Amino acid sequence: MLKDITLGQYFPGKSAIHRLDPRTKLVILVLYIIALFMAVSWVSYGVMFLFLAVSVAISGVPLKSFVKGLKPLLFILVFTAILNIFFTAGETVLVSFLGATITLEGLVRAFFMLTRILMLVTGTFLLTYTTSPIALTDGLESLLGPLKKLRLPVHELSMMMCIALRFIPTLIEETDKIMSAQKARGVDFESGKLMQRVRALIPILVPLFISAFRRADELATAMECRCYQGGDGRTKMKLLRYKLLDFKAYGVGIITLTAVLVLRSFGL
Amino acid sequence: MSTAISVEHLKYTYPGVDEGADVSVFEDLDLTIEDGSFTAILGPNGCGKSTLAKHFNGILLPSGGCVYIYNMDSKDEEKLMNIRRTVGMVFQNPDNQIVANVVEEDVAFGPENLGVSSPEIRRRVDRALKQVGMYEYREHAPHLLSGGQKQRIAIAGVIAMQPKCIVLDEPTAMLDPRGRREVMETIQNLNRDKGITVVLITHHMDEAALADRVVVLTGGEVVADGTPKEVFSQVDKMHSIGLAAPETVELCSELNKVGFCLPLDKLDPVECAQTLYDFLKV
Repeated sequence: MLKDITLGQYFPGKSAIHRLDPRTKLVILVLYIIALFMAVSWVSYGVMFLFLAVSVAISGVPLKSFVKGLKPLLFILVFTAILNIFFTAGETVLVSFLGATITLEGLVRAFFMLTRILMLVTGTFLLTYTTSPIALTDGLESLLGPLKKLRLPVHELSMMMCIALRFIPTLIEETDKIMSAQKARGVDFESGKLMQRVRALIPILVPLFISAFRRADELATAMECRCYQGGDGRTKMKLLRYKLLDFKAYGVGIITLTAVLVLRSFGL
Repeated sequence: MSTAISVEHLKYTYPGVDEGADVSVFEDLDLTIEDGSFTAILGPNGCGKSTLAKHFNGILLPSGGCVYIYNMDSKDEEKLMNIRRTVGMVFQNPDNQIVANVVEEDVAFGPENLGVSSPEIRRRVDRALKQVGMYEYREHAPHLLSGGQKQRIAIAGVIAMQPKCIVLDEPTAMLDPRGRREVMETIQNLNRDKGITVVLITHHMDEAALADRVVVLTGGEVVADGTPKEVFSQVDKMHSIGLAAPETVELCSELNKVGFCLPLDKLDPVECAQTLYDFLKV
């Protein structure tokens, strides 16, 4: 069950999306999110959907993995849908029972809201699926580079992110192991009242934390042994360099955002 | 031969939780590791093997005495980075020494820290990965690899820094037999082909038997030092400190007890079998 968490998982590949500079992908993702929130009509959502669908298709990442990644969000999705369906004021009443009404406006709004969230998450997944975490943090470090002048620890932050991402699968595996060990000793995680279940988590969390601290200690020693001493004087194996492909991608991204903005100004 | 690491009158105490409860590991230890050699350090748990290893690249500093690494004093803070790039370190748990999410990026971590130019890092990473036989996995995620493969990545990460010496602290302790074999072959190749000095800390007799020299450590003192044949033929001594000799030696030693008269220096099973065959034929 824990293995299903795919957030932050990278699928190595050679597609055009994979080959894009991480900075390009990050900037386009920001543009894409802005565009999503600017989209107000079927037409503009259609444009956005087309953009996303084409990107996903080019990336060659199996659709299955997106669906898997979306599963943990099911609750939020249903919750949003229900809220929007029942609490949107509208005139075209479709069904009315027990004092609650479902209006056409509500349904439409719920649909848009759901689509927006789904597309937002899928777009973000596309970034993390096609970009190695190191490339991603390199990209972030480079984009946030100017902030170093304000004495913000940009390198340290990106290093921390990189290590966190690196250890997600390791710690998930570890949690699985601890859970099995505790189950074998009769701990029941699946039944009982909420409080009991929360209490049952303590024997998982305590060993997990202890092991995480031990790992952190060993990792720090290993990093020191490999001459790590912060970001100063560090070089990179892969220098970030924009290629023709990146400019093309920027072009497509900007055109999409402009299209959505233009459509919006026409009320579409 | 010149000296790679020289430990002189090493004294080390771990600071205890309470005052006066300090734990002394070494009182007065002397040890010299020759450049280009393959030395195995053996010993039961808690004999100070790992503590000693951590002195070899300045992770721990002596409480008394000195450790010289290629004539650099480990207490000299200015030389610390130089020492660490000269002596690479590989630890027991491969998971806790891999920093990056892609194999080649992890191997590049060391050279990146040293400020090596990008094309040169690329060359070193490719060379290091080829040396450990993991080149075709360069774009894989480390957590999907086997233990032996992960440990070879960790070794590649160290050799990409082009050290003169590699210290491996029980690198095979968490591996299955196949992983152990892969790692041992890699280590032997590095020593033989690249002339890298290897210090292998282990409690597997058969691994120690592959070295040029075996140093047995117990209670913070060197109790035996010599070629594997010399050290392992002292079967009773090994037993007295809680270690077993390699199985071939144990076999010959047991047979000698019931009246056979076999030499105790056959570490290789094939060699041992031949000796037995010759002996029985007569």
